[in-house]
Parts: sequence; structure tokens; C-alpha cells
Amino acid sequence: MQPLLTINNLTMDFGGIRAVDRVDLRLRPGEIVALIGPNGAGKTTLFNCLTGLHRPTGGDLVLTPPGRPQRNLNGLPPHRITAAGLARTFQNIRLFPHMTVLENVMVGRHCRTTSKVFGAIFRPAMTVREERETVGMSLALLERIGLAGQSDEWAANLPYGAQRRLEIARALATEPLLLLLDEPAAGMNPQETQELDALITSLRDEGLAILLIEHDMKLVMRLSDHIVVMDYGRKIAEGTPEEIRRHPAVIRAYLGEEEYGA
Amino acid sequence: MEYFFELLFSGLTRGSIYALIALGYTMVYGIIGLINFAHGEMYMIGAFTALIVSSVLTIYGLPLPAILVLTALAAAVWAGAYGFTVERLAYRPLRNAPRLAPLISAIGMSIFLQNYVLLAQTPDFVPFPALIPEFAFLEPYGGIVGSSDLVILAVSALVMAALTLLIKYTRIGKAMRATAQDQKMALLVGINVDRIISLTFVVGSALAAIGGLLIASHIGQINFAIGFLAGIKAFTAAVLGGIGSIPGAVLGSFVLGLTEAFATGYVSSDYEDVFAFSLLVLILIFRPAGLLGKAAVEKV
Amino acid sequence: MTPAPEKTAMPTGKDIRQALIAGLWFMFLTFPLLVIKVHPIEQTVTWRWANMLWVGGLNAAVVLACRLVAARRAAGEERRRQEPDRAVAAPSQAFFLTPSRLVPLLAAVGLFFLVFPLLFSTYQVNIMTTALMYVVLGLGLNIVVGFAGLLDLGYVAFYAVGAYTYGLLHLHFGLGFWTALPIGGLLGALFGVLLGFPVLRLRGDYLAIVTLGFGEIIRLVLENWGDFSQGPSGIANIARPGLFGIEMSLETSLVYQYYLTIAMALLTIFVVNRLRNSRIGRAWFALREDDIACQAMGINKTAIKLTAFALGATWAAMAGVLFAAKTTFINPASFTFLESAIILCIVVLGGMGSIVGVVAAALILMLLPEYLRAVAEYRMLVFGAVLVLMMIVRPQGLIPRVRRTYTGSH
Repeated sequence: MQPLLTINNLTMDFGGIRAVDRVDLRLRPGEIVALIGPNGAGKTTLFNCLTGLHRPTGGDLVLTPPGRPQRNLNGLPPHRITAAGLARTFQNIRLFPHMTVLENVMVGRHCRTTSKVFGAIFRPAMTVREERETVGMSLALLERIGLAGQSDEWAANLPYGAQRRLEIARALATEPLLLLLDEPAAGMNPQETQELDALITSLRDEGLAILLIEHDMKLVMRLSDHIVVMDYGRKIAEGTPEEIRRHPAVIRAYLGEEEYGA
Repeated sequence: MEYFFELLFSGLTRGSIYALIALGYTMVYGIIGLINFAHGEMYMIGAFTALIVSSVLTIYGLPLPAILVLTALAAAVWAGAYGFTVERLAYRPLRNAPRLAPLISAIGMSIFLQNYVLLAQTPDFVPFPALIPEFAFLEPYGGIVGSSDLVILAVSALVMAALTLLIKYTRIGKAMRATAQDQKMALLVGINVDRIISLTFVVGSALAAIGGLLIASHIGQINFAIGFLAGIKAFTAAVLGGIGSIPGAVLGSFVLGLTEAFATGYVSSDYEDVFAFSLLVLILIFRPAGLLGKAAVEKV
Repeated sequence: MTPAPEKTAMPTGKDIRQALIAGLWFMFLTFPLLVIKVHPIEQTVTWRWANMLWVGGLNAAVVLACRLVAARRAAGEERRRQEPDRAVAAPSQAFFLTPSRLVPLLAAVGLFFLVFPLLFSTYQVNIMTTALMYVVLGLGLNIVVGFAGLLDLGYVAFYAVGAYTYGLLHLHFGLGFWTALPIGGLLGALFGVLLGFPVLRLRGDYLAIVTLGFGEIIRLVLENWGDFSQGPSGIANIARPGLFGIEMSLETSLVYQYYLTIAMALLTIFVVNRLRNSRIGRAWFALREDDIACQAMGINKTAIKLTAFALGATWAAMAGVLFAAKTTFINPASFTFLESAIILCIVVLGGMGSIVGVVAAALILMLLPEYLRAVAEYRMLVFGAVLVLMMIVRPQGLIPRVRRTYTGSH
């Protein structure tokens, strides 16, 4: 199948430091790829390049939406990249704390709706319909992640695990083709991790491509179709979970890590 | 040619005063990342305290040099006390608040202090006595440089030298530099961060007060509102040189002072203030790091 | 489980000592400025010792009160921690929000404003009109500061744009109020975009300072470019708003303007409320809460920032046209930074983002000094103190944002 996202030779320099060094990666629809590596390997920086927060120093990011022309995401601002079909969550949760749970998800609908100031003030039929749809879709997403009962709660008041799920719902509201999850299982207990596993799997089954940064190796081994390992900004290994488990370079990079597939 | 030197000394004098105020801005910004909007009022309070103390001492008939020294001391001490109090009341409770909160609080403090002085003393312009004696040897150069110009330059140079020595060679200076670089780490190595921050405010305010006293003596009158404009200009100077950098503040101040003097002397004096504001706006938009500063990178 | 012993409301020895230290410190601090009054002309000084006692006493009392409040709050929290099941009485915030109470309350307030000119003198009507203008200004700034989170310290510039638009159009072309109003609004929007453009990339505090700079530059240009703006002497004889050419006495005109301003205020409330509960309103809040996550959710930061500036500026400009029509004379001295600070104070007091709060704050801050003549002198002092205190004690404002429920589940 045609890859949805092709990352070619991606490089990111900050002054004298090379945070990402000529990384290649391919993502297909309905595929879960895990990006693993020691802290500081450049994984989140890669995410930031993908989503337009940093402008890559070199390389290409090519998006090929099914049935539509190819486009190069390089140099596009973050909001255009999200509109193109990439959505993300953040390593240190970045919700909108003083907005309600529902409003947080509704914000995700922004790039799929069009009402502007005129619509806001005069409320023509189109705007009213759009608002209704936004509320409906957002509530449906909250149902899916099990937060529909707390839709009017301030996002800041949610427990940690729920906040992580809310971030995912918010990202899903943008109707992405590709979901980038940055350590979604961090700080979760085994049951929450189980629920997260089920959620990600069902998303994959619906055709989403998912790129996942994670440190929870059991989850990674269970979920991923494909694993990419980074260290010092470079890709040091790539393959199926089985292959990676035995890969000498990977074991070397993680020297001291025993929590590694069992 | 004579005119040139007159403008030169005028610029140097301005620069010195701006420097005395700008140092306070830059030190506070360097240590807690706050633009101390109320700092200009320390300059004003210093001038008023000097006026009051010198008036009292004059009534008691003390000799001029003694008045000058005691007045300077009083201005520095009381401005320092005000700086300390303002930090404790308006900024310390907001240490962990979002960035804009202390700025708004600072604006409120500035308005409060201005009106406090207005009500406590008077809204009118008040004449300020010439505390700096006239030096006989400067007589022939009267048109170019006056004794207050020299005194301002000398005192500013002395004060800045003393500050540099303090920052570079004393334990407290080292603690200040450490706190400016990494507050959490400074706490962990046993530095009393609260006390260092208070000290920074006290020193900055005292310097501004000296500046206020000197320029008041030079100009001959003061008013409760002088802090605002002087503060903005000194802040412009600090940003021009690179906010957070002490040599930057000094450099920026002299650049601003000299440019202002020559621009108003040779071009026109109407738009003097517009020039300073425009410079401020342009620097912040195009080169916020200033001449000597480094651009900061935010970690996502 | 035995309840913890109630902490008594008696001040401890430590409390008293702290209060005394605070009192003494402030007596020292304010000694030169408050106690000694200089008379430069007569070369004398007056000693006002009474002030010192006031300062000391007041401060000690305030510190003591603060400590008692803090102690009581700590005791309340302790109690709550030890008995988590005990229901905590909810604050009476929601008291007014039930429809059965809200509607009659609003009707009463509405009626009061409607018949106000019939009950009070022209002078009072004038004051109320000014207060209502500040309602418009406060709500306009609320869009920029409260919704989008952009600290604009140069808001007064747009107020000046509106006022001078009308002043100059009337001076050079004889245009009337009703023609100038839309033109003023449009020019305001234009300036909003022009002044918003350079600050797009700036961080919070730098954005604040640059907007302050813009505000001052505009004022100074108005003051110095005499050929264009008539300089410090300003523009006089600006026409009052007309009503189909009917001749009106000064008093009638002022009452007419009062109702005009009410209409403007109501319009502003309506529009700002609609903006808040809309796609762009949510986008603004997202920007305010977390601008990186906001972009990541597909929101064009640049576009909504400029929109916020433009909309805020439009209201300020229209208020400016009203102002020029009311005072019939404008000069640059009305548009200082202090004016921006006062409007900011209204937004801060009311609660950034809260419409009802801002309306209430504008009325309180503008009307109270008029009706408490004794404390009018201390007006600006209070404004400054309000800014500081609100930030420390209640940053969410008098009336915090009520959460919008979409599901009706409450």
C-alpha cells in the first residue's frame, strides 16, 4: 500500500546541535508505528518537525492522502499541517485548563468548520447547523473515550489518566489521517494502559495511521506493527517487534534497561 | 564645534542617568524575568526624598557637602526600602502566577506610587535646590559643561564600578549571578533566593534614586510624574543593550543618551520622546535580544 | 471519629508581633513623604506626625486581619481534610443565576436605566453616560485581553483614532455624527490590524510594552503634528449627534446621548456575547490558554490575533466618536497611557473574559468616585491598588467565567 507519510532524510539542527540526523520513516494507513529510544534521542523533536513547530533544517515530509495529490509539509505552519491531516498529543499534557472538557474537544473541530466573525454575530442557518454538528461530534468522541458524563467539567479538574484520553479525543476531533501520540501511556496504571491499548487498536482498525512515542515496552511490543529506534538523533534500527527485541544496536542503546519485552 | 561638545556632554549626562535607572530594570529582569513597571517610580521617590531631606537639613543649617552626602544616603536608603516593600507586596505572591499577572501588578503599583506621592506632597512641579556646588575651574567652559555634568558622570562611573565589583568579586554577587542563571539550582545549593531577589530590588532602587537626585539637582525641578517617561527611556536603553545584561544596560544607556542629545540638538527637539518610544518598539519587534543579548529558545 | 479542636479566632503572639513589625516598618517607610511636607516657596517644612500614627495603626490592623483570615482558611481546610464526607456549603455565586431570580433582576435593572433621566439631574445623566462609555471600552478591551489573552496597553490609541476621525471629518468636511460613526469604526478596525501586525510574534510582556509604545507614539504625534491634528489645542466645536435635524437644547441633547450610549452598550454586550459563544470565541480562549496547543489544533494564530485586535479597536473607535460628540472638544491630553490603564483596570476587576463582570466593574469604577465625593481624591490611588490586589487575591475577577453547559445536564 502507498505510504501515507514519507519522511526522507529529515534533519533538525539547533545552532551547533543536531537533534535529528537524516531520519527516514514511512507510515501507511491502518498501521501503528512505534518510535522508541533513550531520553534525548530526538523523538519529540521529530514530532515537532512533523507538526510544523520547528522548521526542519533538511529533508522532506511528504503526505500522500489517499485519492488526493501529494504535498510537501516542509515549512508549513502548524495549523496548516493539522488541516492537512496530522494531529498530535503532547508529552506534557497541553489541554486548555480553563475550558470545559467538551469545549476542549470542540476546539479540535476548528479546522473542519468555517464560520467566521459574521457567522458568530449574525448566526445564519449555516452557522447554527455547524455549531450543532460540532457539539454532536464532540460529544460522540467523548462517549468513545468514556468522558461524556464529565463534559461540563473544567479540563483542569480531571484526573491525570482522563486528561490524557481527553487530549486524544481533541486530536481526533480534527479528523486526522495520521495520529501522533507522544507518550500517551505515561503515568497510567495497568488498567488505564489496557483501555488505551484497546482505543489505539480500534483507531488503527478504522484506517488511521498512528505514530507513537512510548517508553512502556510491553505496550509497544503488543501494539506496534513496526518499530523505529532512535538514538542521538539517528535511526539505529527498524523492524518488527520481534526483530527489534533481538537487535544488538538497540540492546546496546538501552544498556541497563531490563524492562524490555517478556 | 563648541556646540558639538555641549551636546556630547549633554548626551553623556543623559546616558549616565539612564544607566543608573536601566541597571535596576536589567538586574530584576535577569533574576526573575519581570519588567518592573514600577521601577521608574523609585527614581521619582528618590528625587522627592532628596528634596525633603535636603530641605530639612538646610533649615538646620548644615554645610552643603554634608547635605549632599546625607541626602544621597537618605534617597538611596528610602528608595531601597520602597523597592524592597514593593517586591514583597506586589511581586513575591505572584512568583508562580502566569507571566502577565506580575506585569499588571507592577502597572498598578506604578499608578499607586505616583498618586501616593501626589497626595502626600503636591501635584505641582516643585523646585529642587542645586545641591551640587559650582566648581571654579569649570568657569571658562560654562557653555559646554557644568559642574553637575561632571559630578553626574563621576558619580555614575563610581557607582557602576562599585556594582561591577560587587557582582564579580563578592560572594553575594556570585549568588546573584547564580540565581539569575537558574533559580531552582541556586535554591538547591543553599542560596537564600528570596533574600537575593530582595537585595536586587534594593540595589536597583537605590541606584535609580541616586540618578533621580542627581538629575533633579541638574534640572532644578521635580514632579510626581517624572518616573514614567524616565522609566520608559531607561527601559528602552536596557532592552537596546540586551535586557538581563549589565554591561548591555550601560552600553544601551549611553547609545540612547548620545543619540537623543545629538538628534534633538541637530535635528529637532519636538519629537524627542517619539524617538525613544519608536526605538523601543523597533528593537522589541526586530531584535528583542538587543545589542549584547542572546535570543532565548522555548522548549516545547 | 472525634473532630479536631476548633482553632480559635484569637490572634497569637506571633500574629501580634508581625503586625507590630509591619506597622513600624511602614511608619519608617512613609516617614519622609507622608510626615514631612515641603513648602519650597516659603522655605519651610511642616511636620504631620498624625500621619505616622495612622500609617502604623492601619498597617498593624491590616496585617492582623490578614493573618486571622489566613488562619481561619487553614483551619477550614484542615477540617475538610479530616472529614471529607461533610458537605461543604457552596458559595452563593449561583444564587442569582437561576432563571426565576435572573429575569426579574434584569428587568429591574433595565427599568432603572430606562427611567434614569426622569429621576435624576442632567449632571447625573452625564456621569452615567460616561460610565456607559467605559462599559463599551471595557468590553472592547475584554475581547483582546480577556478572550484572546493579549495584554494591549495601548488601547487608548484606538479610542483616539475614533475621536479624531470624527473631529477632523467635522472640522474639514462638516460631516455629522451618524456619518462619522461607521467611518470611525472602520478606521478603528484598520488601525487594529496595522498595530496588531507588528506584534504578532511577540511574547506577552513584550507585546504589552510595544502596544504601550504605539499608544504613546500616536498621542505624541497628535500633539506635535499640528498641521494634521491641530496640536495640543485640539479640535473644538464638534457637533453633537443629530436626530433627523431636530433642534435640541443642551439638556435634551445630553439625554438623547444618554440613550444613544445605552443602545451602544447594549449592542456591544450583544455582539461580544455572541462572539464569546462561537467558533472564534473558542479559538481565542484556546489561544489564551495554550498557544502551542492552539496551533496544533489547526487554529491560525495570526488570523485570530489580528481579528481580536481589529474587533477590539472597532469598539474603542466607536466609543471615541461618542466621546467626541459628547464633550464637543478633544485634545491629545485625553488619550494618555493612564486611560489605557484605567480600562485595563476595569477588565481586570470584572474578570477577564466575563461580560457581566466587566459591565459591573465599569459601572463601579466610574460611578463610585462620583458618589463618594470624599474619596474622589483617592480615585487613582484606588485604581492602582485594585490592579495589584486583584492579581494577588482574585485574578479571575469579581465574577469568574460561568461554565457554558451544552447538554443541559445540570
